Formats: sequence, structure tokens, C-alpha cells
Amino acid sequence: MTRRSALPGFGPALTITLVWVSLIVLLPLTSLALRPWELGLMGVWHSITEPRVLAALRLSFGAAALAAVVNVPFGLLVAWVMVRYRFPGRRLADSLIDMPLALPTAVAGIALTALFAPKGWIGAWLLPLGIKVAYTPVGIMVALVFVGLPFVVRTLEPVLMDLPLEAEEAAATLGATRSQTLRKVVIPALAPALLAGFAAALARGVGEYGSVIFIAGNMPMLSEIAPLLIVIRLEQLDYAGAAALGLVMLLVSFSILLLLNLLQKRMGVKIR
Amino acid sequence: MSEAFSQGLPVATRERPATRLVLTLFTVVLLVLFLLLPLAVVFTEALSHGLGKIRDSLTDPEAITSIELTLLVAAISVPLNSVCGVAAAWCIGRFQFPGRSLLITLIELPFSVSPVISGLVWVLLFGANGWFGPMLDRAGLRIIFAVPGLVLATVLVTFPFVARTLIPLMQEQGASEEEAAITLGAGLWQMFWRVTLPNIRWGLLYGVLLCNARAMGEFGAVAVVSGHIRGQTMTMPLQVEALFNDYDWVGAFTIAGLLSLLALVTLAVKAALEYRIGERSGALL
Amino acid sequence: MSVELRGLRKNYGRAAALDDVSLTIRDGEFLALLGPSGSGKTTLLRTLAGLEFADSGEVIINGRPMHGVPARERGIGFVFQHYALFRHMTVARNVAFGLEVLPRGRRPAASAIRSRVQDLLDLMEIGNLGGRYPEQISGGQRQRVALARALAIEPRVLLLDEPFGALDAKVRKSLRVWLRQLHDRMGLTSIFVTHDQAEAMEMADRIAVLRGGRIVQVDAPETLYAEPVDSFVHEFMGESEKLQCSVIDGLAVIDGLPDAAFATDCPKGPAIALIRPHEVEVLPGPGPVRVESVHVNGPMRRLRLMLAGQVLEVLKPEDAWLPVAGETCNVDLARARIYPVERAAR
Repeated sequence: MTRRSALPGFGPALTITLVWVSLIVLLPLTSLALRPWELGLMGVWHSITEPRVLAALRLSFGAAALAAVVNVPFGLLVAWVMVRYRFPGRRLADSLIDMPLALPTAVAGIALTALFAPKGWIGAWLLPLGIKVAYTPVGIMVALVFVGLPFVVRTLEPVLMDLPLEAEEAAATLGATRSQTLRKVVIPALAPALLAGFAAALARGVGEYGSVIFIAGNMPMLSEIAPLLIVIRLEQLDYAGAAALGLVMLLVSFSILLLLNLLQKRMGVKIR
Repeated sequence: MSEAFSQGLPVATRERPATRLVLTLFTVVLLVLFLLLPLAVVFTEALSHGLGKIRDSLTDPEAITSIELTLLVAAISVPLNSVCGVAAAWCIGRFQFPGRSLLITLIELPFSVSPVISGLVWVLLFGANGWFGPMLDRAGLRIIFAVPGLVLATVLVTFPFVARTLIPLMQEQGASEEEAAITLGAGLWQMFWRVTLPNIRWGLLYGVLLCNARAMGEFGAVAVVSGHIRGQTMTMPLQVEALFNDYDWVGAFTIAGLLSLLALVTLAVKAALEYRIGERSGALL
Repeated sequence: MSVELRGLRKNYGRAAALDDVSLTIRDGEFLALLGPSGSGKTTLLRTLAGLEFADSGEVIINGRPMHGVPARERGIGFVFQHYALFRHMTVARNVAFGLEVLPRGRRPAASAIRSRVQDLLDLMEIGNLGGRYPEQISGGQRQRVALARALAIEPRVLLLDEPFGALDAKVRKSLRVWLRQLHDRMGLTSIFVTHDQAEAMEMADRIAVLRGGRIVQVDAPETLYAEPVDSFVHEFMGESEKLQCSVIDGLAVIDGLPDAAFATDCPKGPAIALIRPHEVEVLPGPGPVRVESVHVNGPMRRLRLMLAGQVLEVLKPEDAWLPVAGETCNVDLARARIYPVERAAR
């Protein structure tokens, strides 16, 4: 129900906004939603269940999930230290955490490749240990950890700052050691936020392109990510196939976000 | 020693000093390695063959074109998204209307999808096999594999930044100053220039900053629409890719170095602005 | 400038914020809109200003209907509860704002604006604060800036929304006096919203008591205090002592005092008698009233009496005759007012 307001400018502002949203978001989105179906229902099904596609989706989803899982304890540690401790240079370190977000993905991509290539600073060190990172799925995971870290940290920080300290003090007065308090009181209280951070990192990782495309081997069925497959199909002028895959990825992202919202409601906590 | 690490926390909520020290050192080292090493690699590789080679890379006509193109695309996308972002924040932040939540979701959409999809959709519309492809062909117009396509892809990915920063800001500030202005006789533009805009200026700057950083650094979406036509549709990130794939590491990392400097400047200004407006650090998400 | 409100109605969903409100405010009057929170008084004020719109009914300012007239053309000055000063402008620029946005034809020269601003600041007794920013001055000073800003446009009606709500008690008291004196000097029709009955009684020529979106009673403060039209107004305007009574054939008899009867037009059945603590006459006993305790309350004495199982608090000056705790006594409740028992609140 629209409530009449005394403030002016609603009409023009809404018009500009609707035109802009329609042209830039709705129109393209519509074409994405409609295009796959020129293949027909079965055609779409075949297009997205090709072995190569399934391998790419498994890789994108799997690597993103693994990276997000790694980022949860990593991000928790970083967030904890940033919020709870004081040390010289903390503010500087805190602003650095946004680096993976501020750095263009292509730059991150080539830098990580250079680092983990067999002759790179880290790659050379891992080679004698028999660990190959660049041009393998492991490399993809490393890149996604890099990109996903800020998501977990930034989701956790505000929640950590609002944690009631009295709960920890109460646990201490009841005889719990610090470690017990952390395990039984703090981590459970952080569970919704950890989940939210995980989902955010996961959603970002599934669609990531620039940071990953250089360090991945890009070999079909082995180290080829789903977004790359979309690009390849476009180059082959298989627009419907590309759209089908894009639609699947979009639906996956949406489902993750939907799940996140539902979980938030269930846990009764608002994270973002 | 323990005081420096635990000011402000009640005694019972602190870990042992030794634990704190270890965790802090571990985290700092990890962060430095993790976040600064890539940066270090960029600059090291760029400088690996001396300053002369850097100069050559930067004066290469293709490199210069890519820089110009990046600046052009940003110069179009950022103001467009800023103006429309302010309009959106005005509607959403000050009024209630049916479909408001849907509008917010649509504005957030480009944030939640893969950049490749943000490029894909334009190809589906204007590419050779796209809905409007044949029509454009007959008219002799090119969008995909030309600058307009780059602009469209960039506009879509940087779409939410300004609106996202301003909407919560405007809601938090409330409408009373603007209501006061209209009771004093101000019209729409007078109210907007004299009261609304000055109050949101730091938030606006913040949103524009983030929008610009993304516009200049975007890779996935532009890669899909650009066609990689050297000297014509290569923005800086695409040029980086091309040079890297050609094994011209100095060239690639030089341009990457420029982009990294942009990132560092963005982070610095962002930190300064956050200090000023008390914004949450997670706004880039 | 007179203001007339006719039949204003406004609903928020199922709740009525304004329920058939009609009121006439005379030229030069200082009227208070008084009521508990949620009574609709701020909604009424904002509707007058054009900041909100009623679903039906009319607002007429000086004979001109305000339907379709936007806030900026109504010629009203509005002082917001939290001042709404423009935070990025100096005090002087704030006050000058209304003059600077006038259309070119009516806008005074810059020098004229400057001198008018200074005159207003001097009038508000904050003449030296022109160069400061709102965050640099105190709450009471901000209040005056908000007032000066509203007065700068020479409004026909001045509207104030809980003008002293955000200030501490001492500042509030002095500003009340000062604002009333300013009003007397300027003769501007003023309407202000408050939930504080002491403030309304001190400042207003007339008070309109609101409850649940309706106007319950509009009268001068003394009348409102002495002749409240229902039990809500009686209890809202000051201390009320409540006693049960029964009505038979137009006569109300208070439980425990069978000899005292009051003429009333309440319906037959149970009713309540309300009386103010200082209106109770205490007479020597023996009698039906037991004295529980006598307390010192500054220059007054507070007596706690029991009548037919009900508590009655009485306030008497220290030099009046006072019974002693434990005794019985008589009371004369001639000044009590009889009201029907209220239905359960909506």
C-alpha cells in the first residue's frame, strides 16, 4: 500500500530507477531465462547433463565448497584476532583483508599462478614435496580460498563485536576453562554467522572466473570450471547451450542464498 | 605485555597471554603471506628486467590503448550508475511502495551472480546469434566485440555499488531535515542540492570509489563481450591476460602493477572514508 | 490567522490515528494538543503542516482550504521534536534557509537576509552563535535555532512538535516561560504538541485533550482541571482519587457515605467518583473514615485514609486541622465528580 508522502521527487526518481533496472537487469535476465528453451525441454536436459558439463559443475561447486570450508576456521581465526586483540598495526592489517576484493581478479589470477607455478616462490618450495598446485584443481582451490577469505571475515566481525561477554564470564564463574568456554559457548553462538560466511564464500566461489582461469589447467573433464565452459559455448555460437548452463549456475547461486535466508530465519538471527 | 594485547576485555574472557601471542603472530604472518605475497609478486615480476623494460611495456601502443579504453569505460559506467544509484536510493530510502522489496532484490542481483553471466546476457541480446543480433547487423551497428558491449557489461557488474551504500545511509539519516526544508519553502531541487546531497556526500563518494575500482578491474564480464580484438576491445585486465598468455610476463605484470596501485589507492581512500563516516568494513561484499 | 480542522480521519491499517477530529483555533491563540503517546497529536500537527495527509476531512487556514496545497506553500512554521537542523550548515545559514529558497522575485537581497537573520538570533538570545555548527551548541540553543529558522519565513501559524521533549528539566522550565513571552510579543497563532499536562497548563490559552485519535475536551486550562468531561481527562490532568459509588434515580451515593448524595445524569448502576487529593475536606470524627497515616510532603501533609475498604489520599496544608493516625474522622467530598464506569479500553 503506497502511503502518500510529503517529500517530493518520488515520481521522477522511481521512473529513472525503473528504466535503469529494466534495461540493465530485467531485459538481460529475461533473455537468459528464455534462451535455453529453443532447444526444447529434452534439449536443455541433454545440454546440461553432458559429461563435460557435469564435470565442470562438480569442479566449480566442489572446489568452491572446499575452499569455503577451509576459509571458515581461517576466517574465524583472523576475525577473532582482529576483534578481540590489540596489537600495533591492527588497523592496517584489517584494511588489508579487503585486498582480494579490491584487487582486480585478473591480477590476482596471474599473481597466484606466478606464485604457485613450478618455478614460483611457493611452487618451487612445494615441488620437492611432490605437491603440484598450479594448473591443477588444487590451484583452483587455493585461488578460491584467497578470494573467499574476506567474505567469512567480514561476515563474522560484526557478530563477534556484538557477542555478549557476560556469557563467557558466566561460563568462567561456573568453572569452565577458556578452551571449554570457546567450544561450548562462543562457537555455538557464532554458528549462524559461520554458516552465513560459508554460504557467501561459496556463492562467490562457484561463479569466480578471473582469479581462477590462469591457475587452473582448463583441461576439459579435469580442471575446467563451469564459467569457462559458458565462454567456450559462446565462442562456438551455441548460445542456447551457454544460456542453459548460465541459468543452471544462476539457480544454484539463488538456491544458496535462499537457503541462507531460511537458515537465518530459523536461527532467528539477522546476519546481513 | 599482557596489557598491550588485551586492553578493554574483562579478565575472564581472555585467553592466556602465550596463546594470544601465538595466535596473533600466526594470523599476522598468514595475512601478510596470503595477502601481500601476490602483490609482491606483481611488482617483482614487473621490475625483474629493469625499469627500461617497464617503460617499453607502458609505451607499447596496445598497452596505451588498453589504458585509454579502461578509462573510457569507467568514465561512462561510473557516472551513469551513480546518478541512477542516487535515484534508486531516494525512492527506496524515503518511500514505501508495492514492489519495493523486489526492486531491492533486483538491484542486488549483479552482486550474486558470476561475472561471466553478466557478460553472457549481453551476448544473448546483441551477439551474432542474439535476439537483436541480426537487426544490429543490418543496421551496421556493433555492440558485442565493440566498446558499447564493454560498457554494458561494466555497467551491469558495477550496478549495485552506489545504491547499496546509499540506501542504508539514507534510511539511517531519516527524512526530518528534508521535511524541515520543505516546510521552509524549498522545492525539489533546492531541497536536493542544499540538504539531501550534502548529507550523503561521503557515502556517495564511498560508493563511487568502489564502483570505479570494480569498473576498471572487471575481467570476467568484459572477457565474454570483448572478443579480445587487440588494439580495439582490450581493457587493461584483458591486456594482462593476453600478455600473460603470450609469456610476456614483464608486460603483463607491468599493467597488473598499475591495476594493483589502483587497488591500493582504493583501499587507502576507503579506509579514510570509513573512518569519516563510520561505515562497516564489509561494504565491498 | 485562524485555523480550522473539520472531520479529519486517518487510518494506519486498522488503527485510527485520527478519528473525526474537528477543532477551531482562533487568531493569535496558543493552543496545546495534549495526550498520551499514540493519541494522534503529532499526526494531527503534521497533517496541519502538510507533512502527512488525512484520508478525509478538511484543513482550512485563514479561510483557505489546504486541500492540494503542498507543505511549502502553506505558510506554516514547523519546529521538529529533534530540531532537524541542517547539520552541515552554520546556525546563520540554517536560519537563512527559508529566505534563500524564496523565488527570485520575492527573495530579499543578501544583506537584508543577513540582517534579518541576526535580528532573529538576537531575539532568541543566541546572537553570538551565528557561525557555529549544530553539533557545537547545546540542546536548548538548538531549540532556539530551530525556532528562529521557522520564524524567519514569517509564518502565519507556528507549529511545535514536543518542543522541549528532548531537553532536561531545568532547561525545559526556563524555555517554557521564554516561549510564552515570545508568543505574547509576536501574537502569532501557535499550536504545540505535548504529553506533559503541567507544561500545557502553564503555557496554553486552551488545551485540546486527545485520546485514541479523538478530541475529548477543548477548554482553558482551569476549566479542564476543574470540570473534566470524563474520567480520562480527570485522571490525565492531575492527581485523581477514585471511589466506587452507585447511582439510583439520578442520585449517586459513595460507598461508605450513605448520607451524602450527588445529583448526576449517569445511568443507574455502579459508577465512579473522582476527586483531587486537595479537594477533600477532612472533618473531626468520630466517623466512617479511618486514618492510616500522616506524612510530611514539603509544606503539605499527605493523609492516607480508608473509607469502606478503599484507599483515599488527601493533601492538606500543614497549618490546616489534621487528624491523627489511628483515629477516625469525617470527610466532605462535595467537590467530587461522578462518571460512568468506563467500558474496557479499545
